[in-house]
Amino acid sequence: MGVRLTEQLSPRAAPLSARPKIVIRASNGWGRLQLGDLWRFRELLWFLTLRDIKARHRQSALGPLWFILKPLINMVIFSFVFGRLANLPSEGVPYPIFTYTALIPWTYFQSAATMAVGSLVQRMDIISKIYFPRLLIPASAVLSNLVDLAMSLAVLVGMMLFYDVPFRPALLTLPLFVLFAAAVGLAVGLWGATLAVKYRDVVLGVTFALQAWMFLTPVAYSATLVEGRWQWLYQANPMYWVIEGWRWAVLGAGQPPTPAMLAPLAVVLLLLVAGAYIFRRSERSIVDLL
Amino acid sequence: MSHIAVQVRGLGKRYRIGVQRRATSRGSRLANTLLAPFDYLRTSLSPPSEAETLWALRDVSFDVQDGEVLGIVGRNGAGKSTLLKILSQITEPTTGEAVIYGRVGSLLEVGTGFHQELTGRENVYMNGAILGMSKREIDSKFAEIVDFAGVERFIDTQVKRYSSGMKVRLAFAVAAHLEPELLVVDEVLAVGDAEFQRKCLGKMENFADGGRTVLFVSHNMSAVTRLCSRAIFLEQGLKVMEGTPTEVVAAYLDSARSVGAERVWDLASAPGAAELKLLSVRLVDAADQNLVVARVDQPAALQMTYLVAEPGLTFRCSARFHTQGIVAFATLEPNETTHPRPGVYQARVGLPANLLSEGEYTISLSFFTSQGRKAHWLTESDVIAFQTSDPLNGDSARGDYAEKLGGVVRPKLTWDKTYVGPTPPAGGVNGR
Repeated sequence: MGVRLTEQLSPRAAPLSARPKIVIRASNGWGRLQLGDLWRFRELLWFLTLRDIKARHRQSALGPLWFILKPLINMVIFSFVFGRLANLPSEGVPYPIFTYTALIPWTYFQSAATMAVGSLVQRMDIISKIYFPRLLIPASAVLSNLVDLAMSLAVLVGMMLFYDVPFRPALLTLPLFVLFAAAVGLAVGLWGATLAVKYRDVVLGVTFALQAWMFLTPVAYSATLVEGRWQWLYQANPMYWVIEGWRWAVLGAGQPPTPAMLAPLAVVLLLLVAGAYIFRRSERSIVDLL
Repeated sequence: MSHIAVQVRGLGKRYRIGVQRRATSRGSRLANTLLAPFDYLRTSLSPPSEAETLWALRDVSFDVQDGEVLGIVGRNGAGKSTLLKILSQITEPTTGEAVIYGRVGSLLEVGTGFHQELTGRENVYMNGAILGMSKREIDSKFAEIVDFAGVERFIDTQVKRYSSGMKVRLAFAVAAHLEPELLVVDEVLAVGDAEFQRKCLGKMENFADGGRTVLFVSHNMSAVTRLCSRAIFLEQGLKVMEGTPTEVVAAYLDSARSVGAERVWDLASAPGAAELKLLSVRLVDAADQNLVVARVDQPAALQMTYLVAEPGLTFRCSARFHTQGIVAFATLEPNETTHPRPGVYQARVGLPANLLSEGEYTISLSFFTSQGRKAHWLTESDVIAFQTSDPLNGDSARGDYAEKLGGVVRPKLTWDKTYVGPTPPAGGVNGR
């Protein structure tokens, strides 16, 4: 009866000095951002990102095709409605590649932002049971969508060859515009995710807002269609600079980057940092709000 | 030589509970809906009033040394889970502080920190990463984890398809094998079969032997007494007692005696047929007081009330007692009885002292007849559940033996020992 039902002894616990010391107490005020956590948990971030990608396309008939399908389908629709029916001008570039070039960063931004906004609520099963820096969750949403972006880029290269678009040195600036889009997406994501924990309607609201946002951004049409006296307002949209940056780098069309883009960029960075603080602050009480 | 592994000082947690405004008419309901955002603003900006707050945990302090297994007992809502959530950093305390030396592996309630869309394998790696382990470290533990959980066949299946038992098994295996310095376990023994529960208890024991620390919440009092080196008792968020598991469990059982393991139905939802409806089932002590935890050394009774709608209905009542996944025993009225007039009847079956073993029992009822038109008037599984506990006071069947003692019943039998004669000569008793 007194038999121990243990197979083998666990190794001894680590000596005290080798163990992390965790202090748990109510935090007051705004606290620190603790971005170091992101680095410390980089393996987990990587893991969450990979899993995000895998889980997203599991149980779907088309599987990995979905990586490229979203911008592709939109391109076909836009080409028909705006290119063919409405006959919108496309700055001398064939309309399909004109809009597709914009749809890649836009789709990336939109998916990243939408996923990041819903991420906290969606991953409640994990959040309510294990501790890790919650920032990893929206961050992984923004990272995992990079895969879709990369896949879509392959299609873009194909289209460039098809339409005989030359490969310009400006292409090398693309990563900067991707970063820009990621920053906007993460900023929206952080603010949205924080609010979504309290009000679930935010998730839906963001979906609609992003749809409206797309039409306020030169994705389906050329920015030159906007009247000159409204251009200052139109160009306050950070995504304007992202989209036009892509067109400029890929097609040599659109608005080349100018110092004017620094103002919206600064605003985005400000919102991003503030969003991170807000997020950090609310992450402590996320579980209690459910 | 031991170190402090966990130091908890004045820990408190306040929750804000919504005070719903009562809507008296359609108009005011509409007004409430429209005003909701402003109401929200008001409540989030102003400090909560007394009526809106609930202290789930108040000024709780204790220390745990390396290699200790600390049991935490208390009724539902006493603050046990809140305490574990704070120590697992899932939620922040409102007051006080806790210092933990080492990594924390936690197993909070059923389901645990699994990503439902991912496979068992992927979840093992994710949990490892959360604990700060590298892929290599997890690789080296992987086979052991899967083996312990007994989920080899399903390891590449999405976790959402797992049964709750499988989830708990895998979760426990992960939490225990990834070797955190502190293992926090909430009520793991509520699910899973007896075999697995034994494995869990063994693993936790093992864990403590390796100088690691376990915080263990359970309603299973025999597990607490057997496994823990010390225990605390929480009531309404306060630590009301700290001591040896035996003392604490005894205090808990004393306090728990008046709360009921009972089920009462109203007529609309009562199980049964039109002719016969079950109204209530309860476990009571000799004085007809409700019991949640029955002491194995004292008599108890199962009491049922039911409504007979058809005069002359004839049947017998029976009850089965389930524990550890099997039927421990069944009992039934020796004869079928006739219920002469419609109305409410009560049936009662006494359980003598020293019949039940330690653990959790669930009861299934069946009211049936072997003659006439309908065989079963009523069959209800798992109508009530209750715990039994051995007070370890020397009077029960286990006497002064405090280790694990198996079995689904534990009768107190009479033992005799007598001196038979002197030592037989070499060659043995039969060797003459």
